[in-house]
Amino acid sequence: MKISEKWLREWVNPSLSTNELSEQLSMAGLEVDGAEPVAGEFTGVLVGEVVECGQHPNADKLRVTKVSVGGDELLDIVCGAPNCRQGIKVAVAVVGAVLPGNFKIKKAKLRGEPSMGMLCSFSELGISDDHDGIMELPQDAPIGKDLRDYLNLDDASIEIDLTPNRADCLGVRGIAREVGVLNNLDVCEPVIEDVAAQSDEKRSVTLSAPEACPRYLGRVINGVNVKADSPLWLKEKLRRSGIRSIDPIVDVTNFVLLELGQPMHAFNLNAIEGAINVRMAEQGEEITLLDESTVELSDNTLVIADDNKALAMAGIFGGLHSGVTLETTDILLESAFFAPDAIMGRARQYGLHTDASHRYERGVDPQLQRKAMERATALVLEICGGTPGPVVEAVDDAKLPTSATVTLRRERLHNVLGVAINDDNVSEILRRLGMDVEKTDAGWKADAPSYRFDIAIEEDLIEEVARVYGYNNIPNVAPKATLSMLPAKEAELAVGTLKALMVDRGFNEAITYSFVDPKVQDALFPEHKSLVLPHPISSDMSVMRVSLWPGLLGAAAYNQKRQQSRIRMFETGLRFIADAQAPSGVSQQPVIGGVLAGRRMDEHWDGSDEQVDFYDVKGEVEALLALTGRTDIRFESAAHSALHPGMTAKVLLGEKEVGLLGAVHPQYTKLLGVSGRPFVFELDLTAITGRNLPEAVPVSKYPANRRDIAITVKDEVSVGSLLSYVEKVGVNQLVGLNLFDVYKGKGIEPGYKSLAISLTLQDPEKTLEEAEIQHAVDTVVKSLETKFGAALRE
Amino acid sequence: MELDSIINQAKGQIDAAEDAATLDQVRVEFMGKKGKLTDMLKSLGKLSAEERPAAGQKINQAKQQIQQAIAAKGDALRTAEMNKKLAEEAIDVTLPGRSVLPGNLHPVSRTIARIEQFFSELGFAVKTGPEVEDGFHNFDALNIPANHPARADHDTFYFNPDVMLRTQTSGVQIRTMEAEAPPLRIISPGRVYRNDYDQTHTPMFHQVEGLMVDKNVSFTDLKGILHDFLHHFFEESLEVRFRPSYFPFTEPSAEVDVMGKNGQWLEVLGCGMVHPNVLKAVNIDPEEYTGFAFGMGVERLTMLRYGVTDLRAFFENDLRFLKQFK
Repeated sequence: MKISEKWLREWVNPSLSTNELSEQLSMAGLEVDGAEPVAGEFTGVLVGEVVECGQHPNADKLRVTKVSVGGDELLDIVCGAPNCRQGIKVAVAVVGAVLPGNFKIKKAKLRGEPSMGMLCSFSELGISDDHDGIMELPQDAPIGKDLRDYLNLDDASIEIDLTPNRADCLGVRGIAREVGVLNNLDVCEPVIEDVAAQSDEKRSVTLSAPEACPRYLGRVINGVNVKADSPLWLKEKLRRSGIRSIDPIVDVTNFVLLELGQPMHAFNLNAIEGAINVRMAEQGEEITLLDESTVELSDNTLVIADDNKALAMAGIFGGLHSGVTLETTDILLESAFFAPDAIMGRARQYGLHTDASHRYERGVDPQLQRKAMERATALVLEICGGTPGPVVEAVDDAKLPTSATVTLRRERLHNVLGVAINDDNVSEILRRLGMDVEKTDAGWKADAPSYRFDIAIEEDLIEEVARVYGYNNIPNVAPKATLSMLPAKEAELAVGTLKALMVDRGFNEAITYSFVDPKVQDALFPEHKSLVLPHPISSDMSVMRVSLWPGLLGAAAYNQKRQQSRIRMFETGLRFIADAQAPSGVSQQPVIGGVLAGRRMDEHWDGSDEQVDFYDVKGEVEALLALTGRTDIRFESAAHSALHPGMTAKVLLGEKEVGLLGAVHPQYTKLLGVSGRPFVFELDLTAITGRNLPEAVPVSKYPANRRDIAITVKDEVSVGSLLSYVEKVGVNQLVGLNLFDVYKGKGIEPGYKSLAISLTLQDPEKTLEEAEIQHAVDTVVKSLETKFGAALRE
Repeated sequence: MELDSIINQAKGQIDAAEDAATLDQVRVEFMGKKGKLTDMLKSLGKLSAEERPAAGQKINQAKQQIQQAIAAKGDALRTAEMNKKLAEEAIDVTLPGRSVLPGNLHPVSRTIARIEQFFSELGFAVKTGPEVEDGFHNFDALNIPANHPARADHDTFYFNPDVMLRTQTSGVQIRTMEAEAPPLRIISPGRVYRNDYDQTHTPMFHQVEGLMVDKNVSFTDLKGILHDFLHHFFEESLEVRFRPSYFPFTEPSAEVDVMGKNGQWLEVLGCGMVHPNVLKAVNIDPEEYTGFAFGMGVERLTMLRYGVTDLRAFFENDLRFLKQFK
């Protein structure tokens, strides 16, 4: 909330500068966001009176005036404001004055007429943006007085960001109490006297929902003049608190809200049929609010009603029908206590947030209503006149909150804070906070004042003591703990290791939003039903990703558009797959994904300009999987809606599918905004972060023998399955198997390919005889002939 | 006399030899089977038994001299040849190498990794959890009942009233306390979400939260550990202050500010003593155990550490930005 520093100082005035005061409040938990001057920087502006005002001889829109600023001579001043007229009190910038923006006032001639100063508007003095004519000051403004002094403009609007627990500080009174505590000063409250009834006019009040509204005060005032102007001091106090002046009745209720923290409301008495009933709304009951919107109420909403209809949403918003207008002459003032539980969330339920609901849902002092009523009555009478009736109070004492009695144990205080605060100091802090304190053997017993409804448990008192004692007076100590070693499973591969590998291989890590564009996701993954955010930031960030690819391809496109010719990026994170069986209806799967696009290598004097292809992305996936130490890794041709049908592979670890890789389907490059042919991969992190513990076997002391064979097979034979078949043939001495050439073309029948394979044979126990080696090679060749129709090339 | 002339002749030819073959011819000419010195040795038989030893010795000395000269010349020729070959092989070592340069972690990951390191060394386990969260773990268990004003402050992305994107990683703390008994020391890094997007807010950002629950954990401990952390994180002894604040899940609560280079306090984290209601919600007796918790915004710390000025840069993934974090 925003308050005027001068207003606060009327209540309690510590000898601190604005900055020191702000700092002190912040350090007590009332965080000051800033302190803004309430007016621009200016000097030499005095209260003056327009003594004469006549038409300028040479200009239709200008007037020539004679203005008194208290000296012997009247000042000739030319003024262009339409509201300039004889007899009004004005703000006069005299010759030598300096206005905001370092604007110096000098003697001048305007269209031939001399001008010895300037009559100022609010906006010219940096007070408000109101530039409809010049300022009109009250008739009793003392001529010649410096305007800064007269309007108390050496003041600051202090913006305080209050935490939800400190609703007691949502008013000058509460902040003043806090400042009093912090500076050990008494707070001087303005004297608020009861206003005696001058008529019997009243409306009776029924509390039909006493849990929600245990106290309601109403008072009739007849014969008020709403057309009266709110006095300048009132308008200024409101303005400095960030509230616009509306009419004197609203201004008075707002003033009481700001001063005491008690929201109030005024009804047009003549719109009320019968008596006041504070009840729960009927389900579906309609009310038109002051902003002219009509809402359908739920039965969890408290309303102020008359015999026939709802008049207002209690503690939230007034109704239009019973609203006070300039023509209203008789009003009913309301000052009530609504229970926070009855207001919490209700305003939000209707998309509303008002100064009243903000306070009521956090809590209002349940003992404050009568004082506020008397304060408001006196001000209404002062400004608008009228005849007050008696205060009608309906109260259900049993349902009113009672102030808590809380026990604070000395030992607990010291244990939680880690520091022993002197007993007397603790008693003093609690007492200054307005509590009734009783010292006991074990500590203290404290009755919280009615306005500290946030105090309910021992920790609340511990916090209060610490806060006032000063957090920064509590020492910093390194914690002591038992040195119990954390487990570190060797068979668990840390995600950080996978990330480090990617980085070492030239990848940059990306972090993309978890919500993506449904247009992209639905195109790439039509088989998935996306989890939709009902209220997204924007429509292109409205579905939860089912894969990292939309985000990574978006990042690739972004960089390609910025002349990046070689893109290697990876990301780790969750993908969100709708799954009715999973908690919250979504399976949240950690994955690692990557994108490669453009050049294989950076441009180099000895390099080639080749672009990445499938085997580059496959190589990256192989490198990642190599970290697992597993040997049962397979790649198989696969199909995926997002990928090129001839360049898609799934990754199998044992029999479990753990990922996909491939070229992005060319039909989506335009939608994705990518150029060239990007390649992507995505692997299930849970599946690949388990690794084998090494089991060592002795290294053979006998020589290894390499034999190369060349075979031809039909094009469609998958080399991957051919090689894994060789491993399964069961040649005992085979310790190495490598495909070192694939050839098609001259010398090879069309539709066939030639594969050159090296076999490394070694026995752990002996040197292999040539006959044994040849037998092993023959076994392999024969099995390939049988299984794959392979022919040995001579 | 004849011997001296042979030596001179040999030395002259050795000097003149320009390659190994010529040098070998010289060796054969003087010391081969039919070489000049060999002939002289053969002619020793003609001398008397008295003259023979002295003459033999002279011839052998001459032989040694020539052998040494040939060996020295041989070394010189090989060295010259090697030098010539090396000179021919010289290249421009300033041409760029054939490297595949490493990439780098995202700056947010880098900060998280640093934070994890500081706390891991104190025995804090790193825990993660779901990002689509239920109301119990995101709010209720954290002492934020339905309709609590603090919920409105969160700008939550709801899927339905009980399923939402987590607004903080605190749910991980709850899950850990549900599953494990104290003493507990954990930190939980991860993505969190708030429905807010402007110069200083992105709808997704990262937090690291920490929790320590044990017997006799106190506010001084919390202050001590965070004070140390901030000094180590920024690697300078900047001014740190603890300012009272309010979070439903901690009491007493504090926000922690550091003094920026511009002389302004900057809020970097929130913390407090775990609220007894939170401990009760996970069946830990608050009379027996106390704890502290803290939470920090990773992007904020990263910006301060590396001088990043635009929060949104973290999620644009512009390689020209990312590659600066080597």
